[in-house]
Amino acid sequence: MSERPVMFRIEKVEDEARDIRSFWFSGDMKAKPGQFVMMWIPGTGQKPFGISYQEKGRFALTVRKVGAFTERLFSMKPGGRVGLQGPYGRPFSGKGKGAALVGGGYGTAPLALLADVMSGKGKEVTLITGAATKDLLLYRKRFSGGRVKTVYATDDGSFGHRGFCTQCLLEVLKKDKIDYVYCCGPEKMMVKVFGICSERGIPAEFSLERYMKCGFGICGSCSLDGTGWRVCREGPVFTLDELRKVTEFGKHRRDCSGKREKL
Amino acid sequence: MIFQAVILNIFAGKEIIMSADLSVKLCGMRMKNPLILASGILGVTKDSLKFMAGNGAGAVTIKSVSREPRKGHESPIVLTEGDVMINAVGYSNPGLREAKREFSGLRDVGAPVIASIIGADAEEFAYMAGNFLPGGFAAVELPLSCPHTPGYGMLAGQGRPEATYDITAAVKGNTKLPVIVKLSPCIHALGDVAKAAEKAGADAINMGNTAGPGMFIDPRTAKPLLGFRFGGLSGPAMKPIALRCVYDVCEAVKIPVIGTGGVTKGTDAAEMLMAGASAVGVGSAVHYRGADVFMRIAEELSSFMEEEGYAKIKDMVGIAHE
Repeated sequence: MSERPVMFRIEKVEDEARDIRSFWFSGDMKAKPGQFVMMWIPGTGQKPFGISYQEKGRFALTVRKVGAFTERLFSMKPGGRVGLQGPYGRPFSGKGKGAALVGGGYGTAPLALLADVMSGKGKEVTLITGAATKDLLLYRKRFSGGRVKTVYATDDGSFGHRGFCTQCLLEVLKKDKIDYVYCCGPEKMMVKVFGICSERGIPAEFSLERYMKCGFGICGSCSLDGTGWRVCREGPVFTLDELRKVTEFGKHRRDCSGKREKL
Repeated sequence: MIFQAVILNIFAGKEIIMSADLSVKLCGMRMKNPLILASGILGVTKDSLKFMAGNGAGAVTIKSVSREPRKGHESPIVLTEGDVMINAVGYSNPGLREAKREFSGLRDVGAPVIASIIGADAEEFAYMAGNFLPGGFAAVELPLSCPHTPGYGMLAGQGRPEATYDITAAVKGNTKLPVIVKLSPCIHALGDVAKAAEKAGADAINMGNTAGPGMFIDPRTAKPLLGFRFGGLSGPAMKPIALRCVYDVCEAVKIPVIGTGGVTKGTDAAEMLMAGASAVGVGSAVHYRGADVFMRIAEELSSFMEEEGYAKIKDMVGIAHE
Protein backbone atom coordinates (compact mmCIF):
# COMPACT_ATOMS: atom_id res chain seq x y z
CA MET A 1 0.00 0.00 0.00
CA SER A 2 1.24 3.44 -0.89
CA GLU A 3 -0.43 6.76 -0.30
CA ARG A 4 0.83 8.68 -3.29
CA PRO A 5 -0.83 10.01 -6.43
CA VAL A 6 -1.34 7.80 -9.46
CA MET A 7 -1.71 9.68 -12.75
CA PHE A 8 -5.03 9.57 -14.61
CA ARG A 9 -5.91 11.19 -17.92
CA ILE A 10 -9.03 13.32 -18.04
CA GLU A 11 -11.36 11.49 -20.46
CA LYS A 12 -14.19 13.96 -20.63
CA VAL A 13 -15.21 17.28 -19.09
CA GLU A 14 -18.88 18.06 -18.64
CA ASP A 15 -20.47 21.34 -17.65
CA GLU A 16 -22.95 20.68 -14.85
CA ALA A 17 -23.82 24.23 -13.81
CA ARG A 18 -22.22 27.65 -13.72
CA ASP A 19 -18.60 27.12 -12.58
CA ILE A 20 -19.33 23.47 -11.80
CA ARG A 21 -17.93 20.69 -13.99
CA SER A 22 -17.61 16.94 -13.86
CA PHE A 23 -14.23 15.48 -14.74
CA TRP A 24 -14.38 11.89 -16.02
CA PHE A 25 -11.59 9.36 -15.72
CA SER A 26 -11.35 5.77 -16.90
CA GLY A 27 -10.49 3.10 -14.39
CA ASP A 28 -12.08 1.57 -11.32
CA MET A 29 -11.82 3.76 -8.22
CA LYS A 30 -13.88 1.28 -6.19
CA ALA A 31 -15.14 4.09 -4.00
CA LYS A 32 -18.25 4.00 -1.87
CA PRO A 33 -20.63 6.97 -1.91
CA GLY A 34 -19.32 9.68 0.40
CA GLN A 35 -15.66 8.82 -0.09
CA PHE A 36 -13.21 11.24 -1.65
CA VAL A 37 -9.91 11.28 -3.50
CA MET A 38 -6.95 13.63 -3.16
CA MET A 39 -6.22 15.22 -6.54
CA TRP A 40 -2.70 16.39 -7.33
CA ILE A 41 -1.94 18.85 -10.11
CA PRO A 42 1.85 19.05 -10.49
CA GLY A 43 3.10 22.49 -9.59
CA THR A 44 -0.29 23.58 -8.25
CA GLY A 45 -1.05 21.48 -5.19
CA GLN A 46 -3.37 18.80 -3.88
CA LYS A 47 -7.02 18.99 -2.79
CA PRO A 48 -9.80 16.58 -1.80
CA PHE A 49 -12.83 15.95 -4.05
CA GLY A 50 -15.85 13.70 -3.56
CA ILE A 51 -16.65 11.04 -6.10
CA SER A 52 -19.91 11.87 -7.87
CA TYR A 53 -20.28 9.23 -10.58
CA GLN A 54 -19.07 5.66 -10.66
CA GLU A 55 -19.79 3.19 -13.41
CA LYS A 56 -18.00 0.08 -14.55
CA GLY A 57 -14.58 1.18 -15.75
CA ARG A 58 -15.08 4.91 -15.22
CA PHE A 59 -15.82 7.52 -12.60
CA ALA A 60 -16.12 11.27 -12.21
CA LEU A 61 -15.52 14.08 -9.75
CA THR A 62 -17.83 17.08 -9.76
CA VAL A 63 -15.88 20.23 -8.96
CA ARG A 64 -16.82 23.83 -8.34
CA LYS A 65 -14.37 26.56 -9.33
CA VAL A 66 -13.55 28.34 -6.10
CA GLY A 67 -9.83 29.20 -6.12
CA ALA A 68 -6.43 28.86 -7.73
CA PHE A 69 -6.38 25.05 -7.69
CA THR A 70 -9.80 24.59 -9.29
CA GLU A 71 -9.08 27.37 -11.79
CA ARG A 72 -6.05 25.41 -12.92
CA LEU A 73 -8.18 22.25 -13.16
CA PHE A 74 -10.85 24.07 -15.18
CA SER A 75 -8.16 25.12 -17.67
CA MET A 76 -7.37 21.45 -18.33
CA LYS A 77 -8.80 19.58 -21.32
CA PRO A 78 -9.42 15.90 -22.04
CA GLY A 79 -6.07 14.18 -22.31
CA GLY A 80 -4.56 16.26 -19.52
CA ARG A 81 -3.23 14.36 -16.54
CA VAL A 82 -3.84 14.72 -12.82
CA GLY A 83 -2.77 12.51 -9.91
CA LEU A 84 -5.40 10.78 -7.81
CA GLN A 85 -4.96 9.14 -4.44
CA GLY A 86 -7.56 7.22 -2.47
CA PRO A 87 -10.42 6.61 -2.10
CA TYR A 88 -10.37 7.86 1.46
CA GLY A 89 -12.79 8.36 4.32
CA ARG A 90 -15.79 6.67 5.84
CA PRO A 91 -18.64 6.46 3.34
CA PHE A 92 -22.39 6.89 3.78
CA SER A 93 -23.86 3.74 5.33
CA GLY A 94 -26.65 3.32 2.77
CA LYS A 95 -29.07 2.44 5.57
CA GLY A 96 -32.83 3.00 5.28
CA LYS A 97 -35.63 1.68 3.06
CA GLY A 98 -36.93 5.13 2.22
CA ALA A 99 -34.23 7.76 2.23
CA ALA A 100 -34.26 11.51 1.70
CA LEU A 101 -30.97 12.92 0.39
CA VAL A 102 -30.58 16.63 0.98
CA GLY A 103 -27.85 18.43 -0.96
CA GLY A 104 -27.01 22.10 -1.10
CA GLY A 105 -24.91 23.49 -3.94
CA TYR A 106 -22.09 21.19 -5.03
CA GLY A 107 -22.71 19.20 -1.81
CA THR A 108 -25.17 17.29 -3.97
CA ALA A 109 -22.24 15.60 -5.75
CA PRO A 110 -21.58 12.73 -3.31
CA LEU A 111 -25.31 12.34 -2.63
CA ALA A 112 -26.00 11.79 -6.33
CA LEU A 113 -23.69 8.76 -6.27
CA LEU A 114 -25.44 7.56 -3.12
CA ALA A 115 -28.78 7.97 -4.93
CA ASP A 116 -27.45 5.81 -7.80
CA VAL A 117 -26.26 3.08 -5.46
CA MET A 118 -29.29 3.01 -3.14
CA SER A 119 -31.85 3.15 -5.95
CA GLY A 120 -29.90 0.39 -7.70
CA LYS A 121 -30.58 -1.78 -4.66
CA GLY A 122 -34.30 -1.12 -5.00
CA LYS A 123 -34.59 1.44 -2.23
CA GLU A 124 -36.92 4.43 -2.34
CA VAL A 125 -34.75 7.48 -2.77
CA THR A 126 -35.80 11.12 -2.85
CA LEU A 127 -33.04 13.55 -3.78
CA ILE A 128 -33.68 17.09 -2.67
CA THR A 129 -31.22 19.51 -4.14
CA GLY A 130 -31.02 23.23 -3.71
CA ALA A 131 -29.01 26.15 -5.03
CA ALA A 132 -29.27 29.93 -5.19
CA THR A 133 -30.44 30.00 -8.78
CA LYS A 134 -31.23 27.63 -11.67
CA ASP A 135 -27.82 28.03 -13.29
CA LEU A 136 -26.12 26.79 -10.09
CA LEU A 137 -28.34 23.74 -9.72
CA LEU A 138 -26.66 20.38 -10.26
CA TYR A 139 -27.86 17.30 -12.14
CA ARG A 140 -31.14 18.62 -13.48
CA LYS A 141 -31.24 15.83 -16.09
CA ARG A 142 -29.26 13.08 -14.32
CA PHE A 143 -32.24 11.39 -12.68
CA SER A 144 -34.83 11.89 -15.42
CA GLY A 145 -35.11 8.09 -15.72
CA GLY A 146 -37.36 8.14 -12.66
CA ARG A 147 -35.57 5.63 -10.42
CA VAL A 148 -34.78 8.48 -8.05
CA LYS A 149 -37.49 10.97 -7.09
CA THR A 150 -36.15 14.49 -7.37
CA VAL A 151 -37.14 17.73 -5.72
CA TYR A 152 -35.41 20.94 -6.80
CA ALA A 153 -35.30 24.20 -4.91
CA THR A 154 -33.83 27.57 -5.81
CA ASP A 155 -33.63 30.59 -3.55
CA ASP A 156 -35.08 32.81 -6.28
CA GLY A 157 -37.61 30.32 -7.63
CA SER A 158 -35.93 30.20 -11.06
CA PHE A 159 -36.26 26.40 -11.05
CA GLY A 160 -38.34 24.03 -8.92
CA HIS A 161 -39.56 25.18 -5.54
CA ARG A 162 -38.83 28.69 -4.45
CA GLY A 163 -36.96 28.61 -1.16
CA PHE A 164 -34.50 26.38 0.66
CA CYS A 165 -34.15 22.64 0.34
CA THR A 166 -34.75 22.36 4.09
CA GLN A 167 -38.37 23.47 3.49
CA CYS A 168 -38.66 20.80 0.79
CA LEU A 169 -37.33 18.24 3.26
CA LEU A 170 -40.11 19.13 5.73
CA GLU A 171 -42.71 18.55 3.02
CA VAL A 172 -41.15 15.28 1.91
CA LEU A 173 -41.09 14.07 5.53
CA LYS A 174 -44.80 14.85 5.84
CA LYS A 175 -45.79 13.22 2.56
CA ASP A 176 -43.48 10.21 2.19
CA LYS A 177 -42.33 7.37 4.36
CA ILE A 178 -38.78 8.47 5.13
CA ASP A 179 -36.76 6.45 7.63
CA TYR A 180 -33.26 7.85 6.93
CA VAL A 181 -31.81 11.20 5.87
CA TYR A 182 -28.45 11.90 4.20
CA CYS A 183 -27.13 15.42 3.93
CA CYS A 184 -24.22 17.30 2.36
CA GLY A 185 -23.87 20.99 1.69
CA PRO A 186 -23.15 24.32 3.34
CA GLU A 187 -22.81 23.79 7.09
CA LYS A 188 -25.56 26.29 7.99
CA MET A 189 -27.94 24.18 5.91
CA MET A 190 -26.70 20.97 7.52
CA VAL A 191 -27.31 22.45 10.95
CA LYS A 192 -30.96 23.01 9.93
CA VAL A 193 -31.30 19.46 8.63
CA PHE A 194 -29.64 18.23 11.82
CA GLY A 195 -32.31 20.10 13.85
CA ILE A 196 -35.18 18.76 11.75
CA CYS A 197 -34.01 15.15 12.03
CA SER A 198 -33.08 15.48 15.70
CA GLU A 199 -36.55 16.81 16.65
CA ARG A 200 -38.29 14.02 14.78
CA GLY A 201 -35.94 11.24 15.82
CA ILE A 202 -35.01 10.38 12.23
CA PRO A 203 -31.54 8.84 11.89
CA ALA A 204 -29.32 10.88 9.62
CA GLU A 205 -25.79 11.14 8.24
CA PHE A 206 -23.90 14.28 7.28
CA SER A 207 -20.78 14.80 5.20
CA LEU A 208 -18.50 17.48 6.64
CA GLU A 209 -15.99 19.62 4.84
CA ARG A 210 -12.85 20.87 6.58
CA TYR A 211 -9.44 22.09 5.46
CA MET A 212 -7.58 18.93 4.54
CA LYS A 213 -3.92 18.51 3.76
CA CYS A 214 -2.88 14.87 3.76
CA GLY A 215 -6.24 13.09 3.40
CA PHE A 216 -5.17 9.97 5.27
CA GLY A 217 -5.15 10.87 8.92
CA ILE A 218 -1.63 12.05 9.69
CA CYS A 219 -1.46 15.84 9.59
CA GLY A 220 -4.33 16.74 11.92
CA SER A 221 -5.57 19.69 9.85
CA CYS A 222 -9.14 18.38 9.77
CA SER A 223 -9.44 17.34 13.45
CA LEU A 224 -12.80 18.30 14.92
CA ASP A 225 -13.30 20.03 18.25
CA GLY A 226 -15.17 18.09 20.89
CA THR A 227 -13.90 14.68 19.82
CA GLY A 228 -10.63 15.15 17.93
CA TRP A 229 -12.00 12.96 15.13
CA ARG A 230 -10.36 13.43 11.77
CA VAL A 231 -12.76 14.37 8.98
CA CYS A 232 -10.57 12.42 6.54
CA ARG A 233 -10.58 9.16 8.56
CA GLU A 234 -13.39 8.98 11.11
CA GLY A 235 -15.42 11.07 8.61
CA PRO A 236 -16.19 12.81 6.34
CA VAL A 237 -19.56 11.17 7.02
CA PHE A 238 -20.83 11.36 10.60
CA THR A 239 -24.11 10.20 12.07
CA LEU A 240 -26.46 12.60 13.79
CA ASP A 241 -25.57 11.12 17.18
CA GLU A 242 -21.85 11.47 16.51
CA LEU A 243 -22.30 15.09 15.46
CA ARG A 244 -23.86 15.92 18.82
CA LYS A 245 -20.36 15.48 20.26
CA VAL A 246 -18.68 17.67 17.65
CA THR A 247 -18.73 21.04 19.38
CA GLU A 248 -17.53 23.02 16.35
CA PHE A 249 -20.34 21.78 14.07
CA GLY A 250 -22.12 24.85 12.67
CA LYS A 251 -19.80 27.17 14.57
CA HIS A 252 -16.22 27.22 13.42
CA ARG A 253 -13.54 25.54 11.37
CA ARG A 254 -9.80 25.98 10.90
CA ASP A 255 -7.68 27.41 8.10
CA CYS A 256 -4.49 25.92 6.67
CA SER A 257 -2.41 27.16 9.63
CA GLY A 258 -4.81 25.66 12.19
CA LYS A 259 -6.28 29.05 13.12
CA ARG A 260 -9.94 29.04 14.04
CA GLU A 261 -12.38 30.89 11.83
CA LYS A 262 -16.10 31.41 12.31
CA LEU A 263 -18.39 29.71 9.83
CA MET B 1 -2.81 1.08 42.78
CA ILE B 2 -1.91 -1.46 40.14
CA PHE B 3 -2.00 -4.99 41.43
CA GLN B 4 0.63 -7.27 40.03
CA ALA B 5 0.58 -10.96 40.38
CA VAL B 6 4.01 -12.46 40.27
CA ILE B 7 4.31 -16.21 40.33
CA LEU B 8 7.58 -17.95 40.82
CA ASN B 9 8.11 -20.66 38.32
CA ILE B 10 10.49 -22.94 40.19
CA PHE B 11 11.03 -25.20 37.19
CA ALA B 12 12.21 -22.43 34.88
CA GLY B 13 13.84 -20.64 37.76
CA LYS B 14 12.26 -17.50 36.34
CA GLU B 15 9.42 -15.24 37.34
CA ILE B 16 6.27 -15.37 35.25
CA ILE B 17 4.76 -11.92 35.20
CA MET B 18 0.99 -12.06 34.99
CA SER B 19 0.57 -8.37 34.42
CA ALA B 20 3.47 -6.21 33.34
CA ASP B 21 3.73 -2.68 34.68
CA LEU B 22 4.05 -0.35 31.71
CA SER B 23 4.20 2.89 33.68
CA VAL B 24 7.21 5.13 33.39
CA LYS B 25 8.37 8.38 34.88
CA LEU B 26 10.26 10.65 32.54
CA CYS B 27 11.28 14.26 33.23
CA GLY B 28 8.84 14.29 36.09
CA MET B 29 6.01 13.10 33.84
CA ARG B 30 4.03 10.15 35.12
CA MET B 31 2.99 8.12 32.11
CA LYS B 32 0.75 5.04 32.09
CA ASN B 33 2.94 3.60 29.33
CA PRO B 34 6.15 4.65 27.57
CA LEU B 35 4.42 5.58 24.30
CA ILE B 36 4.49 9.24 23.31
CA LEU B 37 2.62 10.76 20.37
CA ALA B 38 5.41 12.33 18.31
CA SER B 39 5.19 16.00 17.38
CA GLY B 40 3.69 16.73 13.98
CA ILE B 41 1.41 13.74 13.86
CA LEU B 42 -2.04 15.24 14.54
CA GLY B 43 -1.59 17.46 17.62
CA VAL B 44 -2.87 20.60 15.89
CA THR B 45 -5.67 20.95 18.43
CA LYS B 46 -6.18 20.12 22.08
CA ASP B 47 -9.03 17.76 21.29
CA SER B 48 -6.87 15.94 18.80
CA LEU B 49 -4.36 15.29 21.62
CA LYS B 50 -7.24 14.13 23.81
CA PHE B 51 -8.32 11.72 21.06
CA MET B 52 -4.82 10.17 21.03
CA ALA B 53 -4.62 10.04 24.84
CA GLY B 54 -8.03 8.33 24.81
CA ASN B 55 -6.54 5.86 22.35
CA GLY B 56 -3.85 4.92 24.82
CA ALA B 57 -0.92 7.33 24.40
CA GLY B 58 1.16 7.64 27.59
CA ALA B 59 2.00 11.25 26.71
CA VAL B 60 1.30 13.48 23.73
CA THR B 61 3.28 16.19 21.92
CA ILE B 62 1.69 19.19 20.21
CA LYS B 63 2.50 20.18 16.66
CA SER B 64 5.32 22.72 16.81
CA VAL B 65 4.40 26.35 17.38
CA SER B 66 6.24 29.38 16.01
CA ARG B 67 5.97 33.02 17.03
CA GLU B 68 3.99 34.03 13.93
CA PRO B 69 1.37 31.96 12.09
CA ARG B 70 2.69 29.74 9.30
CA LYS B 71 0.71 28.26 6.42
CA GLY B 72 3.27 25.54 5.81
CA HIS B 73 4.37 24.07 2.50
CA GLU B 74 2.17 23.49 -0.52
CA SER B 75 0.44 20.08 -0.68
CA PRO B 76 1.20 17.22 -1.04
CA ILE B 77 2.78 17.51 2.39
CA VAL B 78 2.95 13.82 3.29
CA LEU B 79 2.97 10.65 1.18
CA THR B 80 3.96 7.04 1.60
CA GLU B 81 5.50 4.33 -0.48
CA GLY B 82 5.16 1.06 1.34
CA ASP B 83 7.04 1.25 4.62
CA VAL B 84 8.46 4.71 3.97
CA MET B 85 6.60 7.90 4.76
CA ILE B 86 7.87 11.24 3.54
CA ASN B 87 6.71 14.61 4.79
CA ALA B 88 7.35 18.28 4.29
CA VAL B 89 4.57 19.94 6.24
CA GLY B 90 6.60 23.11 6.73
CA TYR B 91 5.60 23.87 10.32
CA SER B 92 2.10 25.07 9.60
CA ASN B 93 0.71 26.42 12.88
CA PRO B 94 -1.52 29.28 14.00
CA GLY B 95 1.27 31.16 15.81
CA LEU B 96 1.96 31.86 19.46
CA ARG B 97 -1.18 33.86 20.32
CA GLU B 98 -3.73 31.50 18.83
CA ALA B 99 -1.81 28.43 20.08
CA LYS B 100 -1.94 29.72 23.65
CA ARG B 101 -5.73 29.79 23.40
CA GLU B 102 -5.82 26.39 21.69
CA PHE B 103 -3.67 24.66 24.29
CA SER B 104 -5.27 25.93 27.47
CA GLY B 105 -6.92 23.70 30.05
CA LEU B 106 -4.62 20.82 29.16
CA ARG B 107 -5.74 18.81 32.15
CA ASP B 108 -8.68 17.60 30.01
CA VAL B 109 -6.30 15.80 27.69
CA GLY B 110 -5.85 12.89 30.07
CA ALA B 111 -2.09 12.47 29.57
CA PRO B 112 0.96 14.71 30.04
CA VAL B 113 1.23 17.20 27.17
CA ILE B 114 4.66 18.09 25.78
CA ALA B 115 4.95 21.45 24.04
CA SER B 116 7.04 21.82 20.92
CA ILE B 117 8.41 25.23 20.02
CA ILE B 118 10.48 26.51 17.13
CA GLY B 119 12.44 29.68 16.58
CA ALA B 120 14.82 31.25 14.10
CA ASP B 121 17.60 31.54 16.70
CA ALA B 122 18.36 31.12 20.42
CA GLU B 123 16.74 34.46 21.20
CA GLU B 124 13.44 33.56 19.55
CA PHE B 125 13.48 30.12 21.21
CA ALA B 126 13.93 31.85 24.57
CA TYR B 127 11.05 34.21 23.75
CA MET B 128 8.81 31.27 22.88
CA ALA B 129 9.78 29.49 26.09
CA GLY B 130 8.97 32.53 28.18
CA ASN B 131 5.69 33.40 26.45
CA PHE B 132 4.15 30.15 25.37
CA LEU B 133 4.97 27.56 27.98
CA PRO B 134 3.26 28.79 31.13
CA GLY B 135 -0.03 26.94 31.27
CA GLY B 136 -0.14 23.25 31.89
CA PHE B 137 2.55 21.71 29.72
CA ALA B 138 4.56 18.90 31.29
CA ALA B 139 7.74 19.50 29.28
CA VAL B 140 8.96 21.29 26.18
CA GLU B 141 10.60 19.83 23.13
CA LEU B 142 12.99 21.68 20.82
CA PRO B 143 13.08 20.16 17.33
CA LEU B 144 16.50 21.36 16.24
CA SER B 145 16.42 18.75 13.52
CA CYS B 146 13.62 19.36 11.00
CA PRO B 147 15.09 18.55 7.55
CA HIS B 148 12.63 20.43 5.34
CA THR B 149 11.84 23.95 6.56
CA PRO B 150 14.07 26.86 5.55
CA GLY B 151 15.02 29.01 8.53
CA TYR B 152 14.54 26.26 11.08
CA GLY B 153 16.17 23.04 12.27
CA MET B 154 18.76 21.39 10.06
CA LEU B 155 18.34 23.92 7.27
CA ALA B 156 19.32 26.69 9.73
CA GLY B 157 22.21 24.77 11.24
CA GLN B 158 20.42 24.35 14.56
CA GLY B 159 21.54 20.73 14.70
CA ARG B 160 25.23 21.65 15.06
CA PRO B 161 26.73 21.20 18.56
CA GLU B 162 27.32 24.95 19.18
CA ALA B 163 23.85 26.00 18.03
CA THR B 164 22.26 23.14 19.99
CA TYR B 165 24.11 24.29 23.08
CA ASP B 166 23.11 27.95 22.65
CA ILE B 167 19.44 27.27 21.96
CA THR B 168 19.09 24.71 24.75
CA ALA B 169 20.81 27.00 27.28
CA ALA B 170 18.64 29.95 26.22
CA VAL B 171 15.45 27.96 26.67
CA LYS B 172 16.63 26.50 29.98
CA GLY B 173 17.20 30.04 31.19
CA ASN B 174 13.62 31.00 30.44
CA THR B 175 11.55 28.07 31.68
CA LYS B 176 11.30 25.75 34.65
CA LEU B 177 9.87 22.99 32.49
CA PRO B 178 11.98 19.97 31.60
CA VAL B 179 13.57 20.53 28.19
CA ILE B 180 13.75 17.77 25.59
CA VAL B 181 16.06 18.28 22.62
CA LYS B 182 15.06 16.44 19.45
CA LEU B 183 17.99 15.42 17.28
CA SER B 184 18.33 14.40 13.65
CA PRO B 185 19.34 10.82 12.79
CA CYS B 186 21.38 12.26 9.90
CA ILE B 187 24.30 13.70 11.83
CA HIS B 188 27.74 12.13 11.83
CA ALA B 189 28.94 13.37 15.22
CA LEU B 190 25.67 12.50 16.90
CA GLY B 191 27.29 11.98 20.30
CA ASP B 192 28.78 15.50 20.21
CA VAL B 193 25.39 17.10 19.58
CA ALA B 194 23.76 15.02 22.33
CA LYS B 195 26.59 15.98 24.72
CA ALA B 196 26.15 19.66 23.80
CA ALA B 197 22.45 19.45 24.68
CA GLU B 198 23.23 17.65 27.94
CA LYS B 199 25.91 20.18 28.86
CA ALA B 200 23.48 23.04 28.20
CA GLY B 201 21.09 21.50 30.71
CA ALA B 202 18.72 19.44 28.55
CA ASP B 203 16.63 17.07 30.66
CA ALA B 204 16.19 14.52 27.89
CA ILE B 205 17.01 13.79 24.26
CA ASN B 206 14.43 12.78 21.70
CA MET B 207 16.24 10.60 19.19
CA GLY B 208 14.86 11.59 16.87
CA ASN B 209 13.42 13.44 13.98
CA THR B 210 12.79 12.21 10.44
CA ALA B 211 15.73 11.17 8.28
CA GLY B 212 16.80 12.44 4.92
CA PRO B 213 15.61 14.64 3.37
CA GLY B 214 14.51 12.42 0.55
CA MET B 215 12.18 12.82 -2.37
CA PHE B 216 9.53 11.06 -4.46
CA ILE B 217 9.24 11.71 -8.20
CA ASP B 218 6.18 10.94 -10.26
CA PRO B 219 7.50 8.93 -13.22
CA ARG B 220 4.58 9.82 -15.52
CA THR B 221 5.07 13.58 -15.31
CA ALA B 222 8.71 13.67 -14.16
CA LYS B 223 7.72 16.04 -11.33
CA PRO B 224 8.73 15.88 -7.66
CA LEU B 225 5.64 14.81 -5.71
CA LEU B 226 5.95 16.78 -2.49
CA GLY B 227 5.00 20.44 -2.66
CA PHE B 228 8.39 21.29 -1.14
CA ARG B 229 10.04 18.60 -3.34
CA PHE B 230 12.09 17.24 -0.42
CA GLY B 231 10.88 15.82 2.86
CA GLY B 232 11.82 13.93 5.99
CA LEU B 233 11.63 10.14 5.94
CA SER B 234 9.81 8.15 8.60
CA GLY B 235 7.77 4.96 8.75
CA PRO B 236 8.58 1.35 9.71
CA ALA B 237 11.60 1.26 7.37
CA MET B 238 13.36 3.87 9.55
CA LYS B 239 13.52 1.61 12.61
CA PRO B 240 17.07 0.26 12.12
CA ILE B 241 18.48 3.78 11.77
CA ALA B 242 16.54 5.01 14.79
CA LEU B 243 17.68 2.05 16.90
CA ARG B 244 21.32 2.66 16.05
CA CYS B 245 21.01 6.36 16.80
CA VAL B 246 19.35 5.70 20.15
CA TYR B 247 22.03 3.14 20.98
CA ASP B 248 24.77 5.66 20.06
CA VAL B 249 23.27 8.57 21.97
CA CYS B 250 22.75 6.43 25.06
CA GLU B 251 26.48 5.68 25.04
CA ALA B 252 27.22 9.42 24.87
CA VAL B 253 24.91 10.93 27.50
CA LYS B 254 23.46 10.14 30.92
CA ILE B 255 20.16 12.01 30.53
CA PRO B 256 17.14 9.91 29.46
CA VAL B 257 16.43 9.34 25.78
CA ILE B 258 13.09 9.08 23.98
CA GLY B 259 13.48 6.64 21.10
CA THR B 260 11.48 7.70 18.04
CA GLY B 261 11.52 6.21 14.56
CA GLY B 262 9.58 3.43 12.87
CA VAL B 263 7.94 1.92 15.94
CA THR B 264 4.68 0.27 14.93
CA LYS B 265 4.36 -2.75 17.22
CA GLY B 266 5.08 -3.99 20.72
CA THR B 267 8.40 -5.65 19.95
CA ASP B 268 9.58 -2.50 18.14
CA ALA B 269 8.98 -0.57 21.36
CA ALA B 270 10.85 -3.25 23.33
CA GLU B 271 13.82 -3.00 20.94
CA MET B 272 13.87 0.77 21.35
CA LEU B 273 13.91 0.39 25.15
CA MET B 274 16.66 -2.21 24.92
CA ALA B 275 18.72 0.20 22.81
CA GLY B 276 18.54 2.52 25.79
CA ALA B 277 15.38 4.60 25.37
CA SER B 278 13.38 5.37 28.51
CA ALA B 279 10.26 6.12 26.47
CA VAL B 280 9.20 5.59 22.88
CA GLY B 281 7.87 8.05 20.32
CA VAL B 282 5.14 6.87 17.95
CA GLY B 283 4.22 8.80 14.83
CA SER B 284 3.71 7.30 11.39
CA ALA B 285 2.22 4.16 13.00
CA VAL B 286 -0.95 6.20 13.47
CA HIS B 287 -1.29 5.77 9.72
CA TYR B 288 0.11 2.27 9.40
CA ARG B 289 -2.06 0.76 12.14
CA GLY B 290 -4.77 3.30 12.93
CA ALA B 291 -5.68 5.75 15.66
CA ASP B 292 -5.83 3.00 18.30
CA VAL B 293 -2.19 2.11 17.66
CA PHE B 294 -1.13 3.22 21.16
CA MET B 295 -3.49 0.79 22.83
CA ARG B 296 -2.40 -1.97 20.50
CA ILE B 297 1.34 -1.40 20.99
CA ALA B 298 0.82 -1.18 24.76
CA GLU B 299 -1.03 -4.50 24.78
CA GLU B 300 1.60 -6.14 22.62
CA LEU B 301 4.39 -4.76 24.78
CA SER B 302 2.65 -6.03 27.89
CA SER B 303 2.26 -9.52 26.41
CA PHE B 304 5.88 -9.50 25.32
CA MET B 305 7.00 -8.54 28.83
CA GLU B 306 4.90 -11.30 30.34
CA GLU B 307 6.35 -13.84 27.92
CA GLU B 308 9.92 -12.77 28.62
CA GLY B 309 9.57 -12.12 32.33
CA TYR B 310 10.08 -8.37 32.44
CA ALA B 311 8.08 -6.91 35.33
CA LYS B 312 8.56 -3.26 34.46
CA ILE B 313 9.78 -1.04 31.64
CA LYS B 314 13.01 -0.19 33.46
CA ASP B 315 14.04 -3.83 33.33
CA MET B 316 14.44 -3.52 29.57
CA VAL B 317 16.04 -0.07 29.27
CA GLY B 318 19.51 -0.28 27.77
CA ILE B 319 19.97 -4.01 28.21
CA ALA B 320 21.19 -4.39 24.62
CA HIS B 321 24.33 -2.56 25.76
CA GLU B 322 25.25 -5.15 28.35
